[in-house]
Amino acid sequence: MGSLIECRDLWKVYRLGDVQVQALRGVTLDIQRGEFLSIMGASGSGKSTLMNIIGCLDSPTKGTYRLSDTDVGSFDSDALAEVRNRQIGFIFQNFNLIPRTSALENVQLPLFYRGLPLREQRARAAEALARVGLAGREQHYPAQLSGGQQQRVAIARALVSAPSILLADEPTGNLDTESSREIMAVLEGLNRDEGITVIVVTHEADIAAYTSREIIIKDGQIVTDRAKTREPLTVTRDQ
Amino acid sequence: MGAFLLLTVTTAFRILGRNRLRAGLTVLGIVIGVAAVIAMISIGQGAKAAVRAQIASMGTNVIIILSGATTTGGVRGGQGSAANLTVADAQDLKKKIPLLADTGWGKRDVMQIVYGNKNWNAPVNGISPSYLTIRDWSFAGGVSFTQTDMDVAARVALLGQTVVDTLFEPGEEPVGATIRLKNVPFTVIGVLATKGQSSQGTDQDDVVFIPFTTAERKVLGTQFLGSIGAIFASTDRTEDLPQAVEAVREVLRARHRLQAEQADDFTIRTQVDIGKVQEGTGQTLTLMMFAIASISLLVGGIGIMNILLVSVTERTKEIGVRMAVGAKRRHILLQFLIEAMTLSLFGGLLGIVLGILSARATTVIVGWPTIISLESIAAAFLFSLFVGLFFGLYPANKASRLNPIDALRYE
Repeated sequence: MGSLIECRDLWKVYRLGDVQVQALRGVTLDIQRGEFLSIMGASGSGKSTLMNIIGCLDSPTKGTYRLSDTDVGSFDSDALAEVRNRQIGFIFQNFNLIPRTSALENVQLPLFYRGLPLREQRARAAEALARVGLAGREQHYPAQLSGGQQQRVAIARALVSAPSILLADEPTGNLDTESSREIMAVLEGLNRDEGITVIVVTHEADIAAYTSREIIIKDGQIVTDRAKTREPLTVTRDQ
Repeated sequence: MGAFLLLTVTTAFRILGRNRLRAGLTVLGIVIGVAAVIAMISIGQGAKAAVRAQIASMGTNVIIILSGATTTGGVRGGQGSAANLTVADAQDLKKKIPLLADTGWGKRDVMQIVYGNKNWNAPVNGISPSYLTIRDWSFAGGVSFTQTDMDVAARVALLGQTVVDTLFEPGEEPVGATIRLKNVPFTVIGVLATKGQSSQGTDQDDVVFIPFTTAERKVLGTQFLGSIGAIFASTDRTEDLPQAVEAVREVLRARHRLQAEQADDFTIRTQVDIGKVQEGTGQTLTLMMFAIASISLLVGGIGIMNILLVSVTERTKEIGVRMAVGAKRRHILLQFLIEAMTLSLFGGLLGIVLGILSARATTVIVGWPTIISLESIAAAFLFSLFVGLFFGLYPANKASRLNPIDALRYE
């Protein structure tokens, strides 16, 4: 069995009017199961494009992308939706919860589209909320929760489908330092205790510092890819 | 799939409930359209039933044969002016055409009717007793005259309700009273039940009936013995009417010795012909109202499409999130279609209620008869569902074809 993620010479070329934009220019990357890594880069470096391809939201122009030994490059939109539903959990910078819909129902969403019975959807969603420390908040609406809590609902939604990868795009970008630390602690714990592969896309070095492998992208190419010994976390969960 | 549908429907209700005013305004077109359809169908059916009742009051399955027109020195006398129908014609028709259940005949003239110190002008009809049976005319009081009365030309009369109301005081008993026609005294032996207006709008109750023989000899006079103005015939079944009409035409042409190239010297009419004209008018009206209702439903449908397009734009990000967590195109498509159909069904139900209320109001205020049929309600319901489906298709399809990356990035 190969790597969880296998990128071979990925190119992504857009046309913006008359201008050709080469967002990715030959990215080759392997990610193993259970890794906790960060992808860093300035805006316009191509890191979002790479994340979209890894997350099966987009397809490369050239090159192959294999996820769990399956070449997903040729999948149509419905097949990609199926892959996202079962293998990938997204966490966004601005949480992207559905407004005026309870935390429980937000977390249910991936299971809803999988077509599970309602009872099972509810049970698994409640369990996922408990795992991120939000038991008892099932019926709260996003607007009634703090930023950190909303992001934890989003993590629960990503977790509920038992994916192989958690893909976090600037997960702390809209949070204060304290909440940021909490969220990173949750992700770190999920990686350490449950062996879930976590990929964090960020432009902040102190967020990347939580991870054990750092990839830096510049102008559509990987310029740095290094493993680190992770510094022990010194997060105190006050409040 | 069951859980998916259930949650999608409840989500649709919640989203629409959030924007009650907007949803209400959106469905207004559907409400008005459906209400118009329901109201117009019930008014139309009420009118149709009223026309049918009028036609039935003439007696069903009746064939009326009128004598033809005379032409004297270039002056054409009009229908019935030529006295070329005879009692013998009527009797021969019954003998030769087994399809005819019965035949009757009569002649009429408007004349003064005198009772005590009161008088009134009304049509006086000399008829055969079978006439009343054919016209299906019942009695409010007294009895009809008999074949014996015919044979002896008895001076007996039957009065219509309008004549009774005009000549007699309320509570006064007409049966047994003596009236005068052209100074000939007649004993009233019966009062007819009310028939109301004919399909041509004349008062059928403004009438006096006397035995045909009495009329011929003592009151109306005659051009020649046995000449009559009209023959009435009936069949047992409505579907026999056209065949009976043809048989009547053949027998009469033979009796009148008409050559093949000569036109009929009589006119045959049936209730079916009269009914067709009336229902035709009703149908034109119904068609026009249907056109108005269709336009209103079309406008309503466009309103739904418009609001859904706004909704798709407003919720682009939500659609992106749903796609990111695994919603397929058909899930998004179905979600918006269900929202459209929920809207239009809601409008349809409101419209049905409003339509029933306005039909009732029409009956109470204007006095028109209305009939609310289950079919029209079912049709309105299905039609509003169809409007939602049809006009929801474009916005729903648009939503389902969004690119998840663009949708997620949408602000």
